[in-house]
Amino acid sequence: MTDILIHLLLVFLMPPLLLGIIGKTKAWFAGRVGAPFLQPYYDIARLLRKGSVFSITTTWVFRAGPVVTLVSTLFASLLIPFGRHGAPISFEGDLILFAYLFALGRFFTTTAALDTGSSFEGMGAAREVTFSCLAEPALFFAFITLARLSGTMSLTPMMNHLSSSVWLMAGAALLLMMGGLFVVLLAENCRIPFDDPTTHLELTMIHEVMVLDHSGPLFGLILYGAAIKLFVLGALFVNVVAPFSTGSPLADWGLFILCMTLLAVVIGIVESVMARLRLVRIPQLLVAATIMTAFSLVLVLR
Amino acid sequence: MKTLHNGMGVALDQIPDMNDATFLQTILDLTDHGWRVSSYFGAMTDGGLRLYALLSSKAEGILTVLTTRVGDPHFPSLANLCPQVHLFEREIAEQFGVAFDDHPWMKPVRFQNELPSCFPPLRERGTVGVMDYFRIEGEEVHEVAVGPVHAGIIEPGHFRFQCYGEQVFHLEISLGFQHRGIEAALLGGPHKNTFVRMETTAGDTTIGHGQAYAMAIEALTGTRASARAEVIRGIALELERLANHTGDLGAIAGDVGYLPTASFCGRIRGDFLNMSALLCGSRFGRGLITPGGIRFDLNATLIGALRQRLAAAREDLSNAVELLWNTPSVMGRLENTGALSEKDARSIGLVGPAARACGINYDVRRDLPFGIYRLAQIPVVTAGTGDVHARTMVRWLEAEKSMDFIEEQIGQLPGGAICTAGGELAPNHLAVALTEGWRGEICHVAITDGTGRFARYKITDPSFHNWTGLAFALRGQQISDFPLCNKSFNLSYCGFDL
Repeated sequence: MTDILIHLLLVFLMPPLLLGIIGKTKAWFAGRVGAPFLQPYYDIARLLRKGSVFSITTTWVFRAGPVVTLVSTLFASLLIPFGRHGAPISFEGDLILFAYLFALGRFFTTTAALDTGSSFEGMGAAREVTFSCLAEPALFFAFITLARLSGTMSLTPMMNHLSSSVWLMAGAALLLMMGGLFVVLLAENCRIPFDDPTTHLELTMIHEVMVLDHSGPLFGLILYGAAIKLFVLGALFVNVVAPFSTGSPLADWGLFILCMTLLAVVIGIVESVMARLRLVRIPQLLVAATIMTAFSLVLVLR
Repeated sequence: MKTLHNGMGVALDQIPDMNDATFLQTILDLTDHGWRVSSYFGAMTDGGLRLYALLSSKAEGILTVLTTRVGDPHFPSLANLCPQVHLFEREIAEQFGVAFDDHPWMKPVRFQNELPSCFPPLRERGTVGVMDYFRIEGEEVHEVAVGPVHAGIIEPGHFRFQCYGEQVFHLEISLGFQHRGIEAALLGGPHKNTFVRMETTAGDTTIGHGQAYAMAIEALTGTRASARAEVIRGIALELERLANHTGDLGAIAGDVGYLPTASFCGRIRGDFLNMSALLCGSRFGRGLITPGGIRFDLNATLIGALRQRLAAAREDLSNAVELLWNTPSVMGRLENTGALSEKDARSIGLVGPAARACGINYDVRRDLPFGIYRLAQIPVVTAGTGDVHARTMVRWLEAEKSMDFIEEQIGQLPGGAICTAGGELAPNHLAVALTEGWRGEICHVAITDGTGRFARYKITDPSFHNWTGLAFALRGQQISDFPLCNKSFNLSYCGFDL
């Protein structure tokens, strides 16, 4: 019960902090002081207090988009275990639901974007679905590999099965998978080198351009949902990369939070030391991620 | 053919009056021989509308002025034979109602005009940005319209892309939103506020335009700025170049999402601006130049401070820019993006760093020297590929040369007064002044009437030549690379719109 409470608390409260840490890391690399760690919370709080403007060309789909996306992301967060603890909801085959809850959110985000009739948003929607089409196989190959290693189709036992001994046994496969998952993590969360979350140039955006017409509370929900998505996929990555257990449940929670913080710093460093890819190059990198995870499966099957 | 040097005036009656055919044939002959059209404009005189063409020869370092009277509102267009005049012809058509019937792309330039003419306007004064855009029809072809309101804090302009998926087939740029009527306001000048207008023709090119105006006035009044004034003007011009090139390098890095260089360059740009402020109290160099010289002198303390700040800024800038060349992901974005061939660049009359990046070895500071550049040469940098990388590289190398130049000049400042008092403007004269602003060739032509007031003052900002270059550079590119290409040109909207 305590674990479920902590799980929920983390899902609701911690995600924007990751964005704050990424921002601070980038600022440090750029020689700036940077915005406070809590800035993303302030931003979301400010947006929630604002009014909304709706274009007369939009329909209910436009308003439903952010809500459905946020709810589906929150639901997905209940399926994924954090650290060495079980997820609040767990059943055989929940990994399929996990992956497609994100797809559902994406479907509504892109449909809401198309609903505005703006050429920018259409472009962004086209880019988003193209790239996620390519990122999805990588995620599934990773899941199949993990399923094969653990012999289960449910996320909680699958993740808790991983340990240092599994790493010793199937290190090469897990290393390849880790590479693939990191690419998926960056691509799905619109981080550099795939997308630049801080750009104001609408022609280069992928995710940001789809939400240009959203304002006020709905935009706040979008930002919050995006932060949770980063947190959930980040947790998946951390589960694979750092399957350590201290033995004490409370210390495990601390370890998990520490690992998530480190992950945010790593993402910040990646964003600082490299430029964005040219848009035509992104599919190549995503295909490479798919190949890496596919090879990890091959290594496990042999 | 009357030839003259940069910064010279000539009495109007000494400019041979040509008939239409000779006028047009001479332009064609000269451009065939490597001359370029620096300016081409109309002016109302007592005898009706006249067209003036100012051509410059890099090889000989001279300029020539051609003129003809337009009796009939239908005038032959040269745009098909000599594409670099295409925008000038559109401008003349808009300003004076001259119909260039066989012009291939007769569209509005600024959608507005206040200059007096003897011909009726060709079209109703419309809403800015509303015109027939070129359209491509077909399956999967779509149109993307950007602006005039942009997401960033930039000037207004409208961009219409014809795309096939992510690929751009054609880009059409429509400007005019910033039109302030500078040329109309200058008629009958110089007025009290004329110099302030000049400095803000393109706000980031205060020194470039200020110097060009001062040169034109000095040519008309027969004054010469002292050597000391010329050196300080040169230093100010190079500081302006440094500040803007640094800002551009940072902005290019920012557009590809490479933060370290973006942040550092943003700060170092401020350092250069502060050096300009050291000279005259204004970060943009406002109020430094005045016809006849300058208004603020340098003393030993200021020179020491300037030298020290320059050395610090040089080190910071080298480090920040070095990061760019050493990051493969950045180079991968810059190389082969937005390439413009030398042939295209030449035919559309591209100027400045953008032209030098295509391999056009032309720089007003060396080829038509003015002010201190008559005595102190500045090496001209070119690149060959004409892509974003070349434009970035040329900017950095030019910045290096500018820093060398300032360091050298600051150590050997000649003595003397800083300002020479000028007299009345010579009546019925034409004066030309070209400077190399940081964007490229700035051309001012002043024509006085019988009382020594401006009968016409024509400003040609480098952006006037280069916007077409940007549209060309985008052909066949990814639409997502537009902001990067745009930043690598970094053209002025208000300098174009006047």
